[in-house]
Amino acid sequence: MDTFAALAHGMAVAVQPMNLLYALIGVFLGTAVGVLPGIGPALTVALLLPVTYKLDPGGSLIMFAGIYYGGMYGGSTTAILINTPGESASMATALEGNKMAKAGRGGPALATSAIGSFVAGTIATIGLAFLAPWLVDFAVRFGPEDYFALMCVAFVTVSATFGDSPIRGLTSLFIGLTLGLIGIDKLTGQARLAFGIPELLDGVEVTTLAVGLFAVGEALYVASRRHHAEEKLEPVRGSLWMTKEDWQRSWKPWLRGTLFGFPIGALPAGGAEIPTFLSYSTERRLAKHPEEFGKGAIEGVAGPEAANNASAAGTLVPLLTLGLPTSATAAMMLAGFQQYGLNPGPLLFAERPDLVWGLIASLFIANVMLLVLNLPLVGLWVRLLAIPQPWLYAGILVFATMGTIAAKPSVVELSMLAGFGVMGFLMRRFDFPIAPVVIGLILGPIAESQLRRALAISLGDPIVLLQSPMSATLLGIAVIALLAPFVLKGLGRFKANED
Amino acid sequence: MTTEEASNSPPAPPRIDRAGVVIAIVLAALAAVLLWDASQLQATTMYGMGPQAMPVIVAVGLIILAIANLIDALRGNLPPRESADPKPVLLILAGLALLIAIIGLGGGFILATSALFVTTSAAFGRRALVTDTIIALVMTTLIYLAFDRLLTLSLPAGPLERLL
Repeated sequence: MDTFAALAHGMAVAVQPMNLLYALIGVFLGTAVGVLPGIGPALTVALLLPVTYKLDPGGSLIMFAGIYYGGMYGGSTTAILINTPGESASMATALEGNKMAKAGRGGPALATSAIGSFVAGTIATIGLAFLAPWLVDFAVRFGPEDYFALMCVAFVTVSATFGDSPIRGLTSLFIGLTLGLIGIDKLTGQARLAFGIPELLDGVEVTTLAVGLFAVGEALYVASRRHHAEEKLEPVRGSLWMTKEDWQRSWKPWLRGTLFGFPIGALPAGGAEIPTFLSYSTERRLAKHPEEFGKGAIEGVAGPEAANNASAAGTLVPLLTLGLPTSATAAMMLAGFQQYGLNPGPLLFAERPDLVWGLIASLFIANVMLLVLNLPLVGLWVRLLAIPQPWLYAGILVFATMGTIAAKPSVVELSMLAGFGVMGFLMRRFDFPIAPVVIGLILGPIAESQLRRALAISLGDPIVLLQSPMSATLLGIAVIALLAPFVLKGLGRFKANED
Repeated sequence: MTTEEASNSPPAPPRIDRAGVVIAIVLAALAAVLLWDASQLQATTMYGMGPQAMPVIVAVGLIILAIANLIDALRGNLPPRESADPKPVLLILAGLALLIAIIGLGGGFILATSALFVTTSAAFGRRALVTDTIIALVMTTLIYLAFDRLLTLSLPAGPLERLL
């Protein structure tokens, strides 16, 4: 189908009053949780899954996408006003943005990050709209062995290639894969790792794992280190508006950030960290006043923020066209699709174009809403940061457990939630990344069934994995991506030098 | 900002990170459980791989990772850790245990989540138990009414919920 026609059709779906309302709720919630320290977009989608399964799928997915985009906007507000970036993707923003806020230029810092996010989000969503049909045409020809190989690439890039330590990243991934094995094997009906506990036969609920790791784990971790320094909130001083000079210094970093963010997000490479730091170091090199970097240079906020948002949109490309999540939030959105029995991929584009294109079109609307919500209303969001920490985390835990209580009010399920919470705490303490666990749980069973399907077709001959040129290439990429960090050990260390 | 062992041992050659060794052992144990469980399965598939293949693959991966983690720990290669205070962690876990017990015994949503709210708030340093209890009861009652009545989500009911 022609992209313009499809997009116009999607726009007609997205502007239906109910869908506009869902988008508004999504961006509102997303911004709020992005601003609040301790909860991110992945957790919010996880908390909403049990609440939304009775709602209309199209509307809920529009809401989830709004949360995803909104979380990116809100996270930058926290990074600028308190020097504690909620997620690693906001780290670059915190470097310069917090310095600007301390120097009384918090207003322009917030403005350049919001407008930059808008510019990047809009361009990247256009990119998504044009890239998706092309990729779908390509993906229709994928056999099960190609899908399996693709998932291997995603596993490796998400856990090993771009993290701090490939060993710890892979450890997280394999814990996720182990959890994914629990339950009844769909092909033979045999129970694996259930130990005779009936609740385990259905497998580990993605929401229970995500809420335990993200909400309970985070609360335990923050509580354990409360005796360390308190966070300090910088008040927004001075004008919110950017001067002419600010605009001149911002627009190029916005565009360059978008160019870094979108392709890296769209490749199954995972994470917004790499593009934001690439953008930061590029801006520093290209800046007319490089001496300002480290003291509050507006380019250092504009570029990484744009890269961050563009990569969020980029992540939706593999998610929608291949069903391949490369970030924790994308993984939760995939769980959102699954709870309605929908599987993102080429088939979904053919069977439910209204849903897919309505979702893509609603992203443009969400971006406009977010610009309005974040510029004039920034004072409202700042007030959220004034909630006392004890009530904030107590409230987060009440909502976190409510999701599980509503879905399955059993002692076993709640104990699993608490257990995953302890696991999340220990993983944070010993510096293991969290996202690969969630992705391992969601993608592991899919990868296994694709592999088994491929081997069943080939009558058990594993050479089928190398006979398809696509799958052989992808497996080669996976091997290179796995070995690269060990070979080029210095490569991943540029981050440390930026501080 | 002292790490746990840094204070008592001056520049010694690579310190063994005990926690890292424990992590490696846990990973190896997990692999053993996977292998044992896989051995209990019946390989019924005629072609391709049966249900036991994937657990074995994952177990092999876990064993390799256990060794890699062990090497990192023996070399003292783990990132430095800040000191952690165990008391608030235990308090929140006690709150979760209380929540599970109340739900399990049919105490209902409001009492269970209120208990969690108060213990968490205390873990984060609040000492106003009475105020927090009142806030918790009001808040969870409102949540119960909003989600159970308006969104027709079924939350477990106890004595308090039956009064509403």
